[in-house]
Amino acid sequence: MTTTPQGAPSASAPEATAPQSGSAVPVGAALALGDDALVLSHRLGEWAGHAPVLEEEVALANIALDLLGQARVLLSLVGDEDELAYLREERAFRNVQLVEQPNGDFAHTIARQLYFSTYQELLYGRLAAGDGPFAPLARKAVKEVAYHRDHAEQWTLRLGDGTEESHRRMQTALTALWRCTGELFEPVDGLGLDTAALHEGWLALVSRTVEQAGLTLPTGPRSDGWSAGAGRQGIHTEPFGRMLAEMQHLHRSHPGASW
Amino acid sequence: MVRTPAPPGPTVLEEKLLELAGAVPDPELPVVTLAELGVLRGLHLTGPGRVEVELTPTYTGCPAVEAMAADIERVLHDEGMVEVEVRTVLTPAWSTDDITPEGRRKLGESGVAPPRPGARADGPVALTLGPTRRSGTPREAVPPPGSAAAPEPVRCPHCGSADTTLLSRFSSTACKALRRCEACREPFDHFKEL
Repeated sequence: MTTTPQGAPSASAPEATAPQSGSAVPVGAALALGDDALVLSHRLGEWAGHAPVLEEEVALANIALDLLGQARVLLSLVGDEDELAYLREERAFRNVQLVEQPNGDFAHTIARQLYFSTYQELLYGRLAAGDGPFAPLARKAVKEVAYHRDHAEQWTLRLGDGTEESHRRMQTALTALWRCTGELFEPVDGLGLDTAALHEGWLALVSRTVEQAGLTLPTGPRSDGWSAGAGRQGIHTEPFGRMLAEMQHLHRSHPGASW
Repeated sequence: MVRTPAPPGPTVLEEKLLELAGAVPDPELPVVTLAELGVLRGLHLTGPGRVEVELTPTYTGCPAVEAMAADIERVLHDEGMVEVEVRTVLTPAWSTDDITPEGRRKLGESGVAPPRPGARADGPVALTLGPTRRSGTPREAVPPPGSAAAPEPVRCPHCGSADTTLLSRFSSTACKALRRCEACREPFDHFKEL
């Protein structure tokens, strides 16, 4: 960001540290991680004005903000963040299908958070321990995501161990999104990390919370024809197009607009 | 931009400019300065009237970074710098341990419980929510893998009581949690350990 005293306001955001010249950032992996964060951020942002209580509205917005910050850094590593967020077509997004699933009721949002934040914390933890192009972001974001996971776990306990109605809804949500969890452990092109190796730790953490909440770990398919699993290849579920339309329409209608 | 090799230490002018930039108040918690918050990572003159400042965000998505950068640019322009470049750096990741003792004191005085020390060594501190129906007792959050639990209590910034309860783990900003004091019944913000 550079300005002169007379100059116009600088660009939309301070530039994140550019990768060192020579250390190529794998585009596919940056898009995969960045799109996961961007899309989930947008979904969580949809709760603004609709959350069950004010504190929870603020909490979901704060989690969305953390994710948006991660997305901006990741997308900026491989291109212009605004162009990537607002001008790509649906098939160019590389996020897992889990994060694009509609918010549903509050239990669905919490189930999505539990599955995803547990995965993301483990993933960032591994990236943070390495020295690849994503390590600086991962070292920072892993601490933020730990709070996201804690938030999701506490709500899973509350809802599972709450009333009959909240228990029923939480179980329904866990079961409904289960088919989207296999995809989390598919290989990510260029990431340089065995994502399948994250599964054991993920299952242990999720199982522990689900059991403590008096809920049952779903047993449905996760990796066959009836499961989700091609988001990383650009194949998305039907609600994603509508989400993108809402997310992108302002920017597309008024290119270059600012306020 | 061609850069000459860095001098062995900061020049007198660099020290003065760093002091000015460091005195800029945080846009969201104006009781503390950027220096006290620990987000200023460096300042280098890159030529006559040209200066480069390194700033690190508290949280990756912290929207205050842009306001901080604009404020730094303004004070350094006022000091005669023609070109001010504020670069965001992520490494090493900011921690609440970077807040100075003076910064912690000011936070407490303004009604924000300061973060407990040791966040960088132990990772995020486990939180406690009230009892669920089945457990009957407050349950410690599952600590992240490899982290140490058993945190010291968060004290009420108003009355000093250690008997405080978490209301929401995210408050008005991502860096704060909302708590209530069970002794004086006042709600208060707690700067979360990170």
